[in-house]
Amino acid sequence: MGKNKISVYIMGKEHRVPEGLTIMKALEYAGYRLIRGCGCRAGFCGACATIYRKKGDYKLYTALACQTTAENGMYLTQLPFIPANKSEYDLEKIRAGPNTILSIYPEVARCVACNTCTKACPQDIQVMDYIQAVKRGDITRAADLSFNCLQCGLCTARCPAEIKQYHVAQLARRLHGRYLAIKSEPLSKRISELEEGCFENEIDEMIELKPEDLRKRYFEREIKVSE
Amino acid sequence: MDMKFIDGYPEYMRQSIKKVEATREKRISLDMEPMSAEEREEVLSTYHPDYVKGGKRSLKVGASKGEMVHHETANILEARPQVNPDEIDLGCINRDVDILIIGGGGAGTVAALHAVYEGILPEDILITTKLRHGDANSMMAQGGIQAADGLDDDPSIHFLDAIGGGHFANKPDLVKALVMDAPRIIDWHQRLGVMYEREDDGHFVERPGGGTSRPRLHSAKDYTGMEIMRVIRDEARNLGLEVEEFSPAVELLTDGDTVTGAILMDLETREYSIIRAKSVILTTGGFGRLHIQGYPTTNHYGATADGLVLAYHVGARITDMDSAQYHPTGAAYPEPILGQLITEKVRGMGAMPVNIDGEAFVYPLEPRDVESASFIRECKTRGKGIETPTGMLGVWLDSPMIEEIHGPGTIKKELIAMWRMEHQFGIDMSQDPILVYPTLHYQNGGVEIDVDGWTGVPGLYAGGEVAGGVHGKNRLMGNSLLDYNVFGRRSGISAARHAKKASPGKITFDHVIRFNSLLDEAGIDTERRSPMLLPDYRGERAIARALNISI
Repeated sequence: MGKNKISVYIMGKEHRVPEGLTIMKALEYAGYRLIRGCGCRAGFCGACATIYRKKGDYKLYTALACQTTAENGMYLTQLPFIPANKSEYDLEKIRAGPNTILSIYPEVARCVACNTCTKACPQDIQVMDYIQAVKRGDITRAADLSFNCLQCGLCTARCPAEIKQYHVAQLARRLHGRYLAIKSEPLSKRISELEEGCFENEIDEMIELKPEDLRKRYFEREIKVSE
Repeated sequence: MDMKFIDGYPEYMRQSIKKVEATREKRISLDMEPMSAEEREEVLSTYHPDYVKGGKRSLKVGASKGEMVHHETANILEARPQVNPDEIDLGCINRDVDILIIGGGGAGTVAALHAVYEGILPEDILITTKLRHGDANSMMAQGGIQAADGLDDDPSIHFLDAIGGGHFANKPDLVKALVMDAPRIIDWHQRLGVMYEREDDGHFVERPGGGTSRPRLHSAKDYTGMEIMRVIRDEARNLGLEVEEFSPAVELLTDGDTVTGAILMDLETREYSIIRAKSVILTTGGFGRLHIQGYPTTNHYGATADGLVLAYHVGARITDMDSAQYHPTGAAYPEPILGQLITEKVRGMGAMPVNIDGEAFVYPLEPRDVESASFIRECKTRGKGIETPTGMLGVWLDSPMIEEIHGPGTIKKELIAMWRMEHQFGIDMSQDPILVYPTLHYQNGGVEIDVDGWTGVPGLYAGGEVAGGVHGKNRLMGNSLLDYNVFGRRSGISAARHAKKASPGKITFDHVIRFNSLLDEAGIDTERRSPMLLPDYRGERAIARALNISI
């Protein structure tokens, strides 16, 4: 933590804050008790989408406030809510076909490949590429490319074609997980065993053990963790 | 004085990193043994923060009077209720529902979905939450979820691991429910489309965690919690489940004994609304933001134990609240990410904790409390910690070992969230080790529940981190995502069954009046009000947390 102070402009008003804070902590240092625009504080929830400009620069930048260090001369605006429409669907009634996503989110076809979404993404996701994959009907590629999405909505806020990229990606991932991933055989086997009542007795027997016998069993159990 | 930095680290820390690099080859083939029962006992009792003298006191009021809890917990349980019964008119009910779910994280969402599967209409369920739907620790869990579905594993082995890891204090019937439901939960997720990592044949990739005797962690990169949460949230939206956001419950309502609803407060307009419900489920999460013993935390902004307080006001018992989990690997450097979680998957994949001289000093996969206590011993007593520019101490977590063991590129592929977090602040964890120190992570105990998620108070159910008994005195990695799914589901089903039989009850503040008089009788004279709702980090407090931690 530096002892030097820097100037940040919160919705246009100047505040002096110590150097080295994240944007989120800079807002708090400046006196804001956050309700909107603050969630996990660790880069996992997308609540703290931020749009900023730097002094003397025309460009609008995007970031997560909790994962970005405040810099001198930043003009900051929190974007705590994006009013994007999510389509409702019954995953059991749809199938992972090449046009499934397009039929649920037809606006995907409006993509002009300007790449603004990709530039806006604070997770460095190739957003435009996964939208193109959706247009081609390649659900698995869209699912993989979009996997790190925190659903902060910055792509959607910046998209000139008004595509709801992060909702589209959610559908792609669920379609992949539900229909395209190969199901686990050992899991099905285990579930049948459970249905037959397996393991009940082994566990009940341990519950009945004297505390010292249970401890002994635990500390003597075989450990097989190497791959 | 200006410090010179090389790839994110000050020059003086580089000397220690050189030593870590020098011993790496040797350590990769080093076969370390876990501690014996006696060694565990010793390191815990001497170094674990829960054993520090003076950190706790015995509760003076309520159903669990006499129980030892941390001062920070006692402070909120022995505070005046937020609402003043004289100031609120209960004559006007804003909404009548079958089930009110307080808390919109993992447990609450799972409870709602299973209440629908049980036959309750979505429009008769209301989820209310303090921030947004999905703003919860559930979203932040990284490493994975345990389920004994592997070929060389079974639920009875999972049972033994969980109960031993919890120091045999867990309620055995709850642990049984946890491990027996686990494979079914994974199957449910599979049908909802959760993208767990799989081998080419569809088998799940399963990894070990601290205290597990088999690899049984199912993960989705190191975004496991986020992946599950966004899928179940999407499903809740598809079913039309309504979520009242930015509206925490500030008090429950009862007919004197049975819970019959809750009063919500809009965080922005400060308006109250009164909800009457046949069943109420508490899924508010844990207490990390109370900063027990001054520790930084991995927890969500909203983790202020509100549900614990509400349950206590209506006479529910609490269990194992003397026990907090300090995750061994919180980030200790650089300052902006101090206290944030470095997933246990990093150790599960082979990264070893190492001291200032590049020496291994503990088996990397001890249960979390033992591992944490060993880190504290290494820094505090043995003087082998590494000091940061702000005076924090930490030990190295030798992450480049992962690339050596599993091949170059593994970290960016499987630990992308971690890599990004470190990289945002100038550190490449595939090249350099990262500095860690224990951080407050989980509320091991909570509101007492039975296998159906019932709290013992008529009409009141609980699931997830707010509830206790499942993990005893120490939770194993991967059992919290499992916990919220298992007990979210069970509480949702129980609440639905109860709601089908119950009729809307009388709503009163009788329990608040009763609790206030208990405080008076115990001679507790306090201005504190509870639930806390949100922590306050304004002004200097924005940075104080990083600097005043005592080690």
